[in-house]
Amino acid sequence: MPKTLFDKVWARHIVTPETATHPAVFYIDLHLIHEVTSPQAFTALKERSLTVRRPDRTLATIDHSTPTKINSDGSRPYVTAQAERQVQTLLGNTRAHGIETHGWESENRGIVHVMGPELGATQPGMSIVCGDSHTSTHGAFGAIAFGIGTTQVGHVLATQTILMRKPKTMAIHVNGELGAGITPKDVILHIIAEIGVGGGTGYALEYRGNVFEDMSMDGRMTVCNMSIEAGARCGMIAPDEVTFNYIKGRKFAPKDYAAACEDWRSLRTDNGAVFDKEVRIKAEDIKPMVTYGTHPGMGIAIDNFIPKAGTKADQAALDYMRLSSGAAIAGTRADKVFIGSCTNSRLDDLRAAAALLKGQTVTIETIIVPGSALIKAQAEAEGLDAIFTAAGAQWREAGCSMCLGMNGDIGTPGDLVVSTSNRNFMGRQGPGVRTVLASPETAAASAITGVITDPRKIGEAA
Amino acid sequence: MSFKPLTIITSKTLVLQAANIDTDQIMPAKFLSMTTKAGLGEHVFANLRYGPDGELTDHTLNSEAGKACEILVAGHNFGCGSSREHAPWGLTDYGFRVVISSEIADIFRSNSLKNGLLPIVIEKSAHQWLLDHPGEEVTVDLKTCELRLPKNGGSYKFSVDSFSRHCLMEGLDEMGYLLGQDAAITEFEARHG
Ligand code: SF4
Repeated sequence: MPKTLFDKVWARHIVTPETATHPAVFYIDLHLIHEVTSPQAFTALKERSLTVRRPDRTLATIDHSTPTKINSDGSRPYVTAQAERQVQTLLGNTRAHGIETHGWESENRGIVHVMGPELGATQPGMSIVCGDSHTSTHGAFGAIAFGIGTTQVGHVLATQTILMRKPKTMAIHVNGELGAGITPKDVILHIIAEIGVGGGTGYALEYRGNVFEDMSMDGRMTVCNMSIEAGARCGMIAPDEVTFNYIKGRKFAPKDYAAACEDWRSLRTDNGAVFDKEVRIKAEDIKPMVTYGTHPGMGIAIDNFIPKAGTKADQAALDYMRLSSGAAIAGTRADKVFIGSCTNSRLDDLRAAAALLKGQTVTIETIIVPGSALIKAQAEAEGLDAIFTAAGAQWREAGCSMCLGMNGDIGTPGDLVVSTSNRNFMGRQGPGVRTVLASPETAAASAITGVITDPRKIGEAA
Repeated sequence: MSFKPLTIITSKTLVLQAANIDTDQIMPAKFLSMTTKAGLGEHVFANLRYGPDGELTDHTLNSEAGKACEILVAGHNFGCGSSREHAPWGLTDYGFRVVISSEIADIFRSNSLKNGLLPIVIEKSAHQWLLDHPGEEVTVDLKTCELRLPKNGGSYKFSVDSFSRHCLMEGLDEMGYLLGQDAAITEFEARHG
């Protein structure tokens, strides 16, 4: 019977099949951990006198609570003593259990979903989990990758497995030709606006069509990253030559590379395989997208008007955002710009922002945070940092930063932040802060003008 | 790690009307730097319960009646967003044993089941009735998988994964079961390298 990519990868990881009474015991190839969702799991292990079964299949970093500035004396300004303690706890736990950890001294330290692929640890056909919902990012390589809670982090540490029932599958086809200046972020925001924030609940997504085939790995990661914003725990893209070229030569790349690629090629969805649901989107319909509400499904094209609130919840969202139905979203005054997060902090993203900011001056506070120490170094080698600082933007140390503000990088109440991150929830970037999700291009264009701006207009004016 | 077994809960409901209540709202990020679980009930829905200077608001969650509720009823698509287990830890520490909505996000649902919090997805009409009648006493019976509404409101079936149901009713966590799979896991690892 023809199989989907998801079916094939799923089948490779079944230790014990699911039955009417029991979920499957599902094997995990790669477990990524960070400081926020692991401490209680290590405590659970200790309480039961358990050890880490496969430290060699576990990789750790610090990203959420880490400061993105350095004091003049070289010390790091943690937002609270508790944040620093959380980082120390992670480092202590991983040292005690012999887990490879990318701490302050590592050139690969960074957002966990940026680090895994950069190390070549993320590979096609794998099962990957992390105590973080944006683990879906790794699906860009043709892996089954999804977020888990801390109890399951404990299960994976102790047994390298979790209990799980097989989700349904959904194919999202995007075919056709994307307009000039349309980015992967616009594609995924369009998809979420189309299927809704709960549209993917219970499904594993596969993104199919020439639009994804033509994307770089950075772009594919942006797309898969936001699968969870449609409610889907994982989203995948079939591995191809783009994938293989990306992994080649990285630290964890397989030794016999030709054989690995041969195997990975067999993972593609077979012709005639059946999905539980299929959605078709025309690439020509996608425009630069921004959100206007308080969940990622409330997105519209940047040249569109804010829709009527259909429900009380929609009206509450508009009230929080201080936006009115019928008004144009472009031209709305912004207070800050944040370019970063596991959605858009990779080299492609920074290059795109730099292309717009070159020779320009930002008129509002603009914070640019690379996804990892490696990306920071690569961007600096290309001179991107010089472009950013010359434009008046801040160039910071790698981390999650203002995506969730755990490290103290937050806005002031009432601020409207044009942000390349993935969640525009109420208060996510600080109490009362209003988040507008956008691509790096739209964020950079808005930084220049101080209002929400279609990046395609910047070239015109100049 | 284990919790109190859950079979029948009869309690007044606490109702949060809003749809799409995400886990950032259930447990704001600033409380995620805790390295233990204790005391998270104080911070659950912090943005609703505390004013800008930390003063208590007059939200039902702060009332004695609210604190006595073991059943939370929330608008459509509850628990979306971040995978933080701090959300169900906060809810159970506050005193909830059941959360009911017309849709509940996957990761939150999975996390809840592992912490003795029963997530129930119920059909629209019963959900609407609950939203319209905050504070009514209802019964959740896990033995029969039924929600019973008062005043002849009738009873509604809900479904729970059979293994999770077994664990909830016995107060068991899944770790014991997985540790029992050791031989199968070892054999799998030998086959797959
Ligand atoms: S960048 Fe944001 S979404 Fe990504 S892992 Fe960090 S906090 Fe989570």
